[in-house]
Amino acid sequence: MSKVRVLVGTHKGAFILSSDGKRKNWEISGPFFAGWEIYHMKGSPVDPNRIFVSQTSGWFGQIIQRSDDGGKTWTVPGGEKVPTPGPEPPAPSNKFVYDTSAETGAPLTTHQWYDGTQHPWEFKRVWHLEPSLTDAETVYAGVEDAALFRSTNGGTSWHEFAGLRGHGTGPKWQPGAGGMCLHTVILDPVDPGRIFIAISAAGAFRTDDGGKSWKPINKGLRSQYIPDPTAEVGHCVHHIAMSPKKPGVLFMQKHWDVMRSDDAGDNWHEVSGNLPTDFGFAIDVHAHEPETLYVVPIKSDSEHFPMDGKLRVYRSRSGGNEWEELSKGLPEKDCYVNVLRDAMAVDKLDDCGIYFGTTGGQVYCSADSGDTWAPIARDLPAVFSVEVQTLP
Amino acid sequence: MTEPMSSPDGAVRSIRVVLPQHLRALAKVGTEVTLHVGAPVTLRAVLDVLEARYPMLCGTIRDHVSQQRRPFLRFFACEEDLSHDSPDAPLPEPVVNGNEPLLIIGAIAGGFR
Repeated sequence: MSKVRVLVGTHKGAFILSSDGKRKNWEISGPFFAGWEIYHMKGSPVDPNRIFVSQTSGWFGQIIQRSDDGGKTWTVPGGEKVPTPGPEPPAPSNKFVYDTSAETGAPLTTHQWYDGTQHPWEFKRVWHLEPSLTDAETVYAGVEDAALFRSTNGGTSWHEFAGLRGHGTGPKWQPGAGGMCLHTVILDPVDPGRIFIAISAAGAFRTDDGGKSWKPINKGLRSQYIPDPTAEVGHCVHHIAMSPKKPGVLFMQKHWDVMRSDDAGDNWHEVSGNLPTDFGFAIDVHAHEPETLYVVPIKSDSEHFPMDGKLRVYRSRSGGNEWEELSKGLPEKDCYVNVLRDAMAVDKLDDCGIYFGTTGGQVYCSADSGDTWAPIARDLPAVFSVEVQTLP
Repeated sequence: MTEPMSSPDGAVRSIRVVLPQHLRALAKVGTEVTLHVGAPVTLRAVLDVLEARYPMLCGTIRDHVSQQRRPFLRFFACEEDLSHDSPDAPLPEPVVNGNEPLLIIGAIAGGFR
C-alpha cells in the first residue's frame, strides 16, 4: 500500500508526519533542527529519500540540510566535519552570493526600499527549495532578497540566475511586509527550459531558456496599493500553483484576488467569484483534476485570520469563479490562525489528499479531496510550510 | 583556512572555544572545542581554524564574503566584550595560554518577530 510523508517546516524546527495510504493514523517525528526557523523542506521527485531543508536563524544565518534516507539522518552538504583540514576551503552550502561576474552576472542593481530610496541586494534567507523533476542532484532556491539560485551538486554549492535580478525592472522591486522574497518556484514538467517564479512584491516572472532571460508575466493583475494598478511589476503575488497535467494553466493567490492564466502567465483574469474574501496566501491544485483548486480565504491584509473565526477551505471544481465552502472537521468558531503561502500541499493517491498547516501549529488533512478534514498534528510551532511525498 | 600543526616559531596554541547551543548542535560537538592555532592568536585566526575544522559553521558566525561578525553574535573572553575589537588584535593572554575560553555568544534578542 502507498504511504505518505508530510514535511512540515515550522518556526522552531522541522517535523515529518507519516501514514499509510488510509491517512488515518499518523506518526510524528522531530523536531529536527530544533529552535531554528524552517522556511521550507521538500523531497526530490527523482529520489524521494532525498530531502532538502532551508534552516535559518536571525542569529546564525542560513543553513542548507539534506537527508538521503528519508529524514532519518541529515547532513550539511559539503559541510561535514574535516578530520584534518586540507588546503582547499570547504564547499559552503549556505553561501548564496549574488553573481557579479563579468561573464554571467548582470550589473548588480539596487532595488526599491520601504522609503522609496534605492537599496543594495542583501541575502537574508532561503524561502523555497524546489528539487529538479529529473535530476536528484539539482535543486533550485528562491531567496530573500529576491533571486533564484541553483545547485547541481546536491545543495553543496549555489549559483545565481543573474538574468532575473538583472532583468531591468529590478530597481522597481520592493519588499513586502515579509521582506523581498522569491517564494514560488514552479518547474514545467513538459518544457525543461521553462520556470515560473514569484516575488513579493515584484510579481511573477517566467523564463523559457532555462534561466538565462526572464520576462514579467503580470498582465491582467490589478493592485490598488501601487501607484499604477496595472504596472508591469510591483504586484504582491502571494503564491502560484500549477497542475502538472495542464502546465500552461496557472492559478495565483495575489495579495487580494485569486487569478488564473491559460497561457503560461502571459495574461491573467480574476476567478475570485463567490469567495467570501479573496485575500489569502495558500493555493493549490488537485493532483488528478487540473480544474479543481483550493484556497484558504483570510479576512484581510491587516487581519490575518479566517472570516468570523471559522477556518474554511474553499474548493472550485470549475477552475475558479464558483467556490464551495469545505468545513467538515475544521474549527467552527474562535479560530484566528493564518495559513501561509507554502503551507498547503496535495498528495498523489487515487483519492487525492489535501494538507495545510496553520500559524497555530495545526496540520490538517483531507483524505477525500477536501470533503472532510481532520487534524494530523495539533500543537506544533507555527507552521511555515507543508509538502507531501507520496511513496510506494 | 587550514589548521596549522606548527608555525614558523613552533608556537601552536591550544585555544578553547565555547559555542552557542545551536552551533554545537550543528557541528555535533560538546560545549567546548579545542583548536590548534598558530601564533599570533587573533580572533580571525581562531575563526579560520574553527571553520576549517567544522565547515558547517562557515557563514554562521561571520559573513562569507565580508567576514563581518553576524550582528546578533558576540565574542567574550576574560569577562571582556571583544566584539568590537579588530579581528587581527591579539586575544588576551589567558585565552592564548588556554586558561580561559573564547566565548561565542548569541545575543539576547528573543521574542517572536
